[in-house]
Amino acid sequence: MSPFSLTLGTTSHRFSSLSELMAKATPRRSGDELAGVGAASAEERVAAQMLLADVPLSRFLEDLLVPYEEDEVTRLIIDTHDANAFAPVSNLTVGEFRNWLLRYETDAPLLAALAPGLTPEMVAAVSKIMGNQDLVLVAQKCSVVTAFRSTIGLPSRLSVRLQPNHPTDDPKGIAASILDGMLYGCGDAVIGINPASDSVAAVSTLLHLLDDLIHRFEIPTQSCILTHVTTAMRCMAVGAPTDLVFQSVAGTQAANNSFGISLSLLREAHDAARSLKRGSVGSNCMYFETGQGSCLSANAHHGLDQQTCEVRAYAVARAFSPLLVNTVVGFIGPEYLYDGKQIIRAGLEDHFCGKLLGLPIGVDVCYTNHVEADQDDMDTLLTLLGVAGCNFIMGVPGADDIMLGYQSTSFHDSHYLRQALNLRPAPEFEEWLEKMNIVHQGKHLIPVAPNHPLLPEN
Amino acid sequence: MKSELTVSDPWSHLKQFTAARIAIGRTGGSQPTAAVLDFRLSHARARDAVHARFDSEALAAQLHTSEIPTVFLSTAVPDRTTYLLRPDLGRSLDPASRASLTPSQPGLALIVSDGLSATAALNHACATLVPLIHELKEEGWIISPVYIVPLARVKVQDEIGFALGARFTLMLLGERPGLGTPDSLGAYFTANPNLNCTDADRNCVSNIRPEGITPADAARKLAWLLKESRRLGLSGVHLKDNQAVTIASGQV
Repeated sequence: MSPFSLTLGTTSHRFSSLSELMAKATPRRSGDELAGVGAASAEERVAAQMLLADVPLSRFLEDLLVPYEEDEVTRLIIDTHDANAFAPVSNLTVGEFRNWLLRYETDAPLLAALAPGLTPEMVAAVSKIMGNQDLVLVAQKCSVVTAFRSTIGLPSRLSVRLQPNHPTDDPKGIAASILDGMLYGCGDAVIGINPASDSVAAVSTLLHLLDDLIHRFEIPTQSCILTHVTTAMRCMAVGAPTDLVFQSVAGTQAANNSFGISLSLLREAHDAARSLKRGSVGSNCMYFETGQGSCLSANAHHGLDQQTCEVRAYAVARAFSPLLVNTVVGFIGPEYLYDGKQIIRAGLEDHFCGKLLGLPIGVDVCYTNHVEADQDDMDTLLTLLGVAGCNFIMGVPGADDIMLGYQSTSFHDSHYLRQALNLRPAPEFEEWLEKMNIVHQGKHLIPVAPNHPLLPEN
Repeated sequence: MKSELTVSDPWSHLKQFTAARIAIGRTGGSQPTAAVLDFRLSHARARDAVHARFDSEALAAQLHTSEIPTVFLSTAVPDRTTYLLRPDLGRSLDPASRASLTPSQPGLALIVSDGLSATAALNHACATLVPLIHELKEEGWIISPVYIVPLARVKVQDEIGFALGARFTLMLLGERPGLGTPDSLGAYFTANPNLNCTDADRNCVSNIRPEGITPADAARKLAWLLKESRRLGLSGVHLKDNQAVTIASGQV
């Protein structure tokens, strides 16, 4: 394929490959500079964006950024591409595709029909030339609805993953955080625990704890222990009550191998979870997490920028009809996303790209203490994602995850977003909250009586 | 503050089971002012810890009080911002420091860095090293001076240990501060250090601070692990922690 070049004034900009063009067109972030693939100057970045805007979308089906022979994620992307779905935009360039997406006429049904015709590379490319408001507006047009015991992603709904982590997996400590979240009306996306221990015995104990709670109070939600997929498979084999199977996924085969997974392993886990038929209103039973920088971190990025790698991970997730896909945007640290500005941009990109590819995507709006960010940055990203129609966010007591040592969003944050944007919980969960005297009309918290049935006796 | 403006949560008795910020109450659906300011203070302390200047001379003076010799080395990192952005630079010594090391072949090479919390290194490194050195010396270990290496990552221990021809290296450095833990120290050691070592070859004792694993307890556990490691001739994932030591992967 021919190289790309553009002369601006007296400066000639030249890019030798589509990968290089994509990387240098990416809005600035520390991870691409760490990898040595980012633009060397602000002008070079815009030159790359100008050239990228002229690339036909169809070129991404031939000029493969990671070789087909070497990488099963590339093979998945190419082999499952739906040419009929692609037809409405098949003659457009990346720049024309941005215009197409922003037209009044481009609506939710059109975008849903298009999703199987888009590849991650096309979506990553268009996101690179879109501004933050474009990313919000187009994502807002998309609708991706999934279900297990609750229905997630309906219009004007916002769900919350209740994240009741404890540094030693102490069941009483975890239960205390779950009750706190439930009484704040959270947990309709999933009650999902990051365990400290990866043993089958420890994970099974937590699975039973959540299963007992969900059944005792007839809560229309699902549980998940965020352990390695192989541990989940062993738990299912011994009959531990498993609703959702979790796995972190990345955008290249080599990075996935470093996580100890492959597509066939995920297929096996997905089949096992589906066969349990534990969902009541739907059968989406996978929960995936991703995050920009994971491929570089595993030294498996093939010279690509971190955002393109991230969107390729969505192709992996998409193949297993997940209930939830969560981009943990600010967890990885300043060497990948340096400050609040970079985290906000990355969060909007991930959400937009996930939605355009048809994923039920939520965002862990988060940061660590060694990045240049604070609660105000998180408030900004949270608000933007609410406007963009994000399927779900995290709910952590007081936004402080004492097990993983980072700051995410609080139960209170979900009430901020629900009030500010008139968003309600998943319908089944909303009904339960009303019945339990926790929330009134999906929005206002009701003062909890000391003898509330969820509370243990003093 | 007027309490009638906020709604308190009648489950504060559950706080005995977790350090999580549960039952913090609300005003409308938002966090009450006191909870917001408490959080902000925790974050401010963590931020200050990340950016605190490392007074390496003060650490050396602490160690000299216990007659422990020190040597200063530098990594390729020029400043703290670069340290945060370029973990690769913190993994290797600058050329002058590298050239200064000669193969003295100690049984154990000791290294301290500020890492992501200078406060942790300054407050807890000496208190951990003094009893550790004492115990190992009684058993005949030959121990290097303490190499103080500001702005380093864990992997620099491989280069230092290899250059010295050390049988073991042990590195103490400040961990990424959490909201309630601005001064947590981590300890990493490896047997037969060389440039090809990976995290799988390392053992770690983390959360060393008065409210976590105390420096004295950490010294005992590290001494035990080092002796086991020497007896078995290995380190890392193959060395099991029968002493129920907290072994966790670090963020450094």
